[in-house]
Formats: sequence, C-alpha cells, structure tokens
Amino acid sequence: MSTITRRSRLHRQEHLTALAFVALPVIGFLLFTLYPLLFSIYASFTNWNGLTAPVFSGLDNYVAMFKDPYFLEAMYNTFFLMIGIPIGLAISLALALAMNRKMRGSTFFRTVYYVPVISSIAAVAILWQWAFNGDFGLINQVLALVGIDGPNWLQDTATVKPALIIMAIWKGLGFSMLLYLAALQSVPRHLYEAAALDGAGAWQQFRHITVPMVRPVTFFLVVTSVIAGSQVFVEINIMTPTGGPEFSSATIVWYIWQKAFDNLQMGYASAMSIILGLMVFLITFIQFRLNRRNQFSID
Amino acid sequence: MSSQRVLPSPPLKPESEIPDSKTARAQSEAPNPRRAPSSARRRHSLGNLIVTIVLSLGAVVMVAPLLWTFSTSLKTQEGVFALPPQWIPDPVVWDNYLRIWTAGPLLTGIQNSLIVACTVTIAGTLFSALASFAFAKMRMPYKNVIFLSLLAALMVPFPTLMIPQFTMFASIGWVDTLLPLIVPFVFGNIIMIFFLRQYLTSVPDSIIEAARIDGASFLQIFFRLILPVIKPAIAAQFILWFMAVWNDYLAPIIYLNSPEVQTLQLVIANFNAQYAIQTDYPLIMAASFVALLPVLIVFVIFQRQIIESIALTGSKG
Repeated sequence: MSTITRRSRLHRQEHLTALAFVALPVIGFLLFTLYPLLFSIYASFTNWNGLTAPVFSGLDNYVAMFKDPYFLEAMYNTFFLMIGIPIGLAISLALALAMNRKMRGSTFFRTVYYVPVISSIAAVAILWQWAFNGDFGLINQVLALVGIDGPNWLQDTATVKPALIIMAIWKGLGFSMLLYLAALQSVPRHLYEAAALDGAGAWQQFRHITVPMVRPVTFFLVVTSVIAGSQVFVEINIMTPTGGPEFSSATIVWYIWQKAFDNLQMGYASAMSIILGLMVFLITFIQFRLNRRNQFSID
Repeated sequence: MSSQRVLPSPPLKPESEIPDSKTARAQSEAPNPRRAPSSARRRHSLGNLIVTIVLSLGAVVMVAPLLWTFSTSLKTQEGVFALPPQWIPDPVVWDNYLRIWTAGPLLTGIQNSLIVACTVTIAGTLFSALASFAFAKMRMPYKNVIFLSLLAALMVPFPTLMIPQFTMFASIGWVDTLLPLIVPFVFGNIIMIFFLRQYLTSVPDSIIEAARIDGASFLQIFFRLILPVIKPAIAAQFILWFMAVWNDYLAPIIYLNSPEVQTLQLVIANFNAQYAIQTDYPLIMAASFVALLPVLIVFVIFQRQIIESIALTGSKG
C-alpha cells in the first residue's frame, strides 16, 4: 500500500510541476487570445466607439456590413489579390525543379531567392512603391527599354492590383520554392527510374510522379498563403495610404483598421474582424480535415 | 547525451540524386537504357548550363529592386530624375547615409525594435521550451486539452484580437509605450512550443527516468539534459521568431504615436510618407536599406539553420 501512496504523491508532484511549466503560455492564451476573442464577438453585436460603454445593437453591424459597398469592395479586393497565389506556386515549382540537380551555385541561388522572404514587408513596400513610380520607377524604366510607356502603377485602378500581385509573388517565391525543393529531394529516385523503364516521358513523369509527390506541400502552401492573403495590410497602408484610387486596393484588414482606429467605429470593425476570423477558421478547419486524407505516403 | 541533431533534417543538400527530366527523357528514348556515361554527362552539363542561365536571370529579377534601392540611396536628389536612369550613380553620394540619422528618429527606432525583439524572444523562448518539455515528457492532467487549446489559438488571426487588445491596453494607459508589443507575446510562442515538442519526442524517456531516480528535479533535468539536446531546434526557431518580431508593423502602428517610442519599421514608413512629398527619394531609400541590413546579415550568417528549419516546418504541414 505504501508504495502506491508514494507513487501517487510523486505523480501529483509531477502534475504540479508540469502545470507550472505550461502556466505562462496558458495565461498568455487566456488573457490575450481567448478573452479578446470573446470580447470581439460581444462587441460585434454592439454600437461602440471604444471610448464609452458598448450599447447592444443586435445584428445591426452584420446587416450594415453586407449593405456597405466599401466592405464588399474590400472583400472583393482581398480575394482578387489572391490571384497571385497559384501563379507564384507554379513559378516556384518550376524554380525548385530547376534547382533540384547536381550543379554549382545552387546554395547561392537558394539564398538569393530567399532574400525577399526575410526582408521586412514595410521596407519591401517602400522600395516597390519607388519601383512602381510612374515617371522614374524601375519597372517603367525597364519597360521603356522595350518601348512600352508604363502606366502610373499605384494611381491607376487598372494597374494597382496587378502591381500589388507582382510584389507579393516576388516576396513569396523563395518560401514556396524552398518547401518544394525539400519535397522534391525526398522523392525516391527509383520511382523515376521505374517510370523511365516503362517508357514514361519527361512530361508524364512530372505529371504522374512529381505533382502527386509534392501535393501535400502544395496543399500546405495554398492554405498558408490564403490565410496570409486574407490579412494583407502593411503594403496597402504604405503604398496606397488612402486605400488606392477609388478604394481599389483597400483590403479587409485595412478597412477594419480604418474603421476601428480612424473612425472609432469599434463595434462595426469588430463585426468585420469576426467575419475575417470565421474565414480563417474555416480554411484552417478544412485543412485539418483534408490533411488526414491528403497524406501521400510511400513505402 | 551530446547535442547532436536528434531529428532527421530533410536532405536539403543540392547534391540530389534525382535525374533531371532531360536526362530521364534521354534515357527513356534510348533504345538501350544503359547509355554511355560520357554522353549522359555531357547532356547533364549542358542542362546545367541552361538551368544556370535561367536561374541567373531569375536571380537578377529577385535582387534588382534591392540593388535599385541601394543605387538610389547613393544619388543626389536631382540624380534620381536623370534620364536615362543611372545604375551606377554619378556622382556617388554617401552623404544620405549620414543624413538619415538626423532626418528622423532612426537610431531610437533601432533601439526600440531591439528592446521589443530581444525581450519577447529571449523570455518567450525560455517559457516556450519549458512548456514543450512538459507537453512532451511529463505526466499532466488534461495535457491534450491544454495543448489543443493552445494550438487552436493559431487559428485566430491577429486582426480579430487587435481591437479588444487595444482597448485593454488603453484602459491601463499603456498606449504609446512598448509594453503592448512585449507583454502579449512574452508568455511563449505556440509555433515554437509545437515545434520543440515534436523535436523532443525523439529523446528517450529512459534518460529522464534515470535522472529522476538519481534524484534530479525537473528543472535540473530541463537545464542539464533537455536544453543541450534541443539547442539546434531552439536556435532555428529563435532566429525565425526574432525576424518576425523585428519586421512586425501592424501592432506597432496601432499602439505607437510618439517618435521616441516608434520601432524601426514605423520610422522608415514615416520617412517614406514625409520625404516623398519633398521627393527626397535617396534619403528614403538609404533609411530603408539600413532597416533591411540587420536582417540580411543575420540571414546570411544563419542561412543554413533558417533554411533547414523552414523546410522542416513545411514537411510537417
């Protein structure tokens, strides 16, 4: 009997020590994630300016939101900017395929392509704003070399979104490329050898071996890019501080930020932020559900 | 227990053995699959040459904006508007790199960014490592519930939390101080906890049991056994986290108004807004370049760890 009580005492001690070790992250979670989240949900049903007490207003904010042309425009813009995701993935897979071989300088190339990823988005936004300058920017200088009169990129509704997409592709390329490269290098060589013996050409090998083998990475990248893409803010704030020509580059987070901290419509902004949170939650949830089925395993 | 890598890191060496599609096609089209090695090698080196050219062109595109930034920062204010544009400025003016220190609170910006990033990452790393040890190797009631709750927090985007967080800090008078940028993040980083917990699963329980029988406390075990083992994983995660905090912009712009508390990213953004009106682009570009440099240097020094860590994260996806 005495051994049992001794063991349970030891276990209790271990339990308490373990709880002490995880206490801080848990406190951080309760104070800075759970409480703000619950408060955000509550605030979304109120009329609140952030200074006086919130006044309950039911679904007013949500009804107003879907009648608000600016909100709908910001949503549309946010999704429009995601066009860059598949383009970026295709380019980065091609780059990863090119780098996946015995050759000199691949470490150097990996580093160079990765530099934009680690660069601060604020600095990147500033330098691209300069590069997109209509009169003296780098992009139009290059276009002038081939005789094209470049547009005033960030001041024109037709070109402001493409400009932001180009910048986003440039910044994210290295990251996707790196993950694809890691995935390609774990593809067993004998698969290709067997396919080659069976007479599969390069395209067939790519289509039936490479693409399925990197599918988990593609999936991971699509999900993380969409989550990041739904929260685009910094480059908008810096490159088009007023939301762009005719509001054409305002994103959802930019609009939430403007409503909350410029117009002090904290209740309304909270409601929009809940919609954003639901979107991100759904994407993540779908990812978890699909990921179980998506694991491509090889023996 | 040495501090070797316990985790098999993905083979990120460029010496991959996979034949490229060109050689593969050559093999598949050949009547005899065993080709003479010399011609295959020649084919391979030709392919290498083509690929190198393509990758070099891409690399030029990747670095062009950065070089253009640097080039602009060495120009006079008039030199910016020279047509045709000069890649190598004439005259080269280093003066902009002296002017930026007086043109705005750049130095205080660097100090503030350092204060925030160091406090958050150093304290946060210690707390994250302790928590990951408990999650991986200790008996704890409701262990999975607690861990999954923390993971669920990753699903909540910061913009959803920023308004209540702001009013919380506003009510205790912390707006326009660095505290709101430090306090919420100093309790630990979920991604790091997750990552280190994965890493720790490869440490055998028997070591810990043995140390327990020898009468070591859990804290002693953590500092003497666990910490040396997970050091490489901590280093990689630490660098990534540090760069993320250093580059953060949304939280600072919400809380910080006064020049003396602004972080570096805010300072350069204000430079951009302020001096663009005077078309003083060389000054803006010099400040931006100075803001980019620390991270670039850290990256070049630690690129191996960073790149391995990233690749590992992706394969966990």
